[in-house]
Amino acid sequence: MSDPVLATHGLMKSFGALVATDDVSIDLRPGEIHAIIGPNGAGKSTLISQISGGLASDAGRVEIMGQDVTALSTAARARAGLGRTFQISALAMEDTVFENVLLGVIGATAGAWAMFSPVARNRALAERAMAALDQVGLANAKDTRCADLSHGQRRQVEVAVALTLAPKAFVMDEPMAGLGAEGSKALTGFLDGLRSEAPILLVEHDMDAVFALADRISVLVNGQVIVTGTVAEIRSSDAVREAYLGAAP
Amino acid sequence: MIPERAINAAVICGLLAVPIWAVMADEIFTITLTTRAVILALAAVGLNIALGIGGLVSFGHAVFFGLGGYAMGILAFHAQTFTPLDLGLVSVNGTKSMPVIWVVATAVSALAAWVIGLLSLRTTGVYFIMITLAFGQMFFYFTISWSAYGGEDGMSIYVRNGFPGLNTLVPIQFFGLCFAALCLALLLQWRLRGSAFGLALNAARQTPERVETVGLNPMRLKLLAFVISGAITGLAGALFADLNRFVSPTMFSWQLSGELIILIIIGGVGRLMGPVIGAAIFVALEHWLGGLTDFWHVWLGAILLLIVLFGRGGVIGLLTGKAGPHV
Repeated sequence: MSDPVLATHGLMKSFGALVATDDVSIDLRPGEIHAIIGPNGAGKSTLISQISGGLASDAGRVEIMGQDVTALSTAARARAGLGRTFQISALAMEDTVFENVLLGVIGATAGAWAMFSPVARNRALAERAMAALDQVGLANAKDTRCADLSHGQRRQVEVAVALTLAPKAFVMDEPMAGLGAEGSKALTGFLDGLRSEAPILLVEHDMDAVFALADRISVLVNGQVIVTGTVAEIRSSDAVREAYLGAAP
Repeated sequence: MIPERAINAAVICGLLAVPIWAVMADEIFTITLTTRAVILALAAVGLNIALGIGGLVSFGHAVFFGLGGYAMGILAFHAQTFTPLDLGLVSVNGTKSMPVIWVVATAVSALAAWVIGLLSLRTTGVYFIMITLAFGQMFFYFTISWSAYGGEDGMSIYVRNGFPGLNTLVPIQFFGLCFAALCLALLLQWRLRGSAFGLALNAARQTPERVETVGLNPMRLKLLAFVISGAITGLAGALFADLNRFVSPTMFSWQLSGELIILIIIGGVGRLMGPVIGAAIFVALEHWLGGLTDFWHVWLGAILLLIVLFGRGGVIGLLTGKAGPHV
């Protein structure tokens, strides 16, 4: 078995008496899509924040390519190879699609300290941004302001920004949220191909997508991973059925 | 609707035409008024970089305006009294040279902006407004009690400082210097806005989480913007002091911080020429309405109210018919 790209070891987080993340150890291997599912309030968003750096952990470690990044900031983790997308699109709404994606390229390459040269006329950067937009199929909307995009298109921009970072691992927080059946299907197809570029840690509510995509699934309940397994194992797991539907009488 | 470029060009031409007309008509006071508008515009261009692009609503930019003013005042005071300026380890002579004063004024303001920014940028929203206001009041009360440099009464500089090759006592020549400084600051803001830094800063205002997830530090972007902003406003303070040949604690007053914000809102937040239009309107109102009534601020308030309610995007927003870049 090859070394994991992304791993957590004994991750903990409490908010007062509420234990949101309870001893979570998961890993993401090269080429796979590892889905994290669980009922509402299971602690999925907290876990994602701890992994990407928005939330400090009480205990435990986060590793990217074997490097301990627990003490690093969100920005430093991004530079270490984490490509994160948000559940609620965190795009610069007043800016165009191109500018949003260009921001990713700036972050991934030169940094933002060039103050006098017009960035939009930088060929190399623009080409990288356009390549990412081509990949998600949004090239023709490049001059649209993000505020004027449909919900589904914003999700595509989110993914395009993550692509510009050429990350070692993607962490996607409910990319299907709010998409119609068509959009969901299209994005599922896209993510399926994306795993060859970098593995994806996928938090998702859309079970059709999860079962279609995931190589492995971890089920999070009350902050604990109750089971990790293949799609078939999860489908037939009593513990999972209990967590979602309640114990059989 | 009028394209923004045309408005920008018209504003610059207007700012040049008025004093040229005034020279021909021998209306010296009009030149002084225009110079005042240009200097206030310069101060507001500084603030516009922090507020307009970076979203940092600083209610303490008078700190930098005042520091620029006192940098000029202190250097010129020691030069005109022929007393050395004791800095603890070394003592230096004062100077009446504008270029030297400008360098000191911008450096001191930039340093202050760095320190104030480091502390204030930990907060956002209304807390940021309050903490910057608090810094402004600290400087205000400090200078009031600083008797070595006039305390509450401020100090007069009897002869305007000099610039190599120019006679700064001729109003139109001093205007030219201020106008050149404004143009340079506008050029800087324009280039900044189009650069990688400007794009990232503009994104950091809207969505700091996004900026972090692409590996950039939004705090550092904002801090640098705040330093540049403070340095420009500091330069304006030095010029303002030279215009009046007088420095006093009112340069640090919170009213001045508020006026700079008002200038920007009137003209258009984040718009290149927003501060310039705002300053021109402000100085014109101050002159015409101030001549009619001591309570002219009431009318300024009414205009501000109308613009905020109906003209989102300021005067430039009204003229271009586009509320953006952001309101």
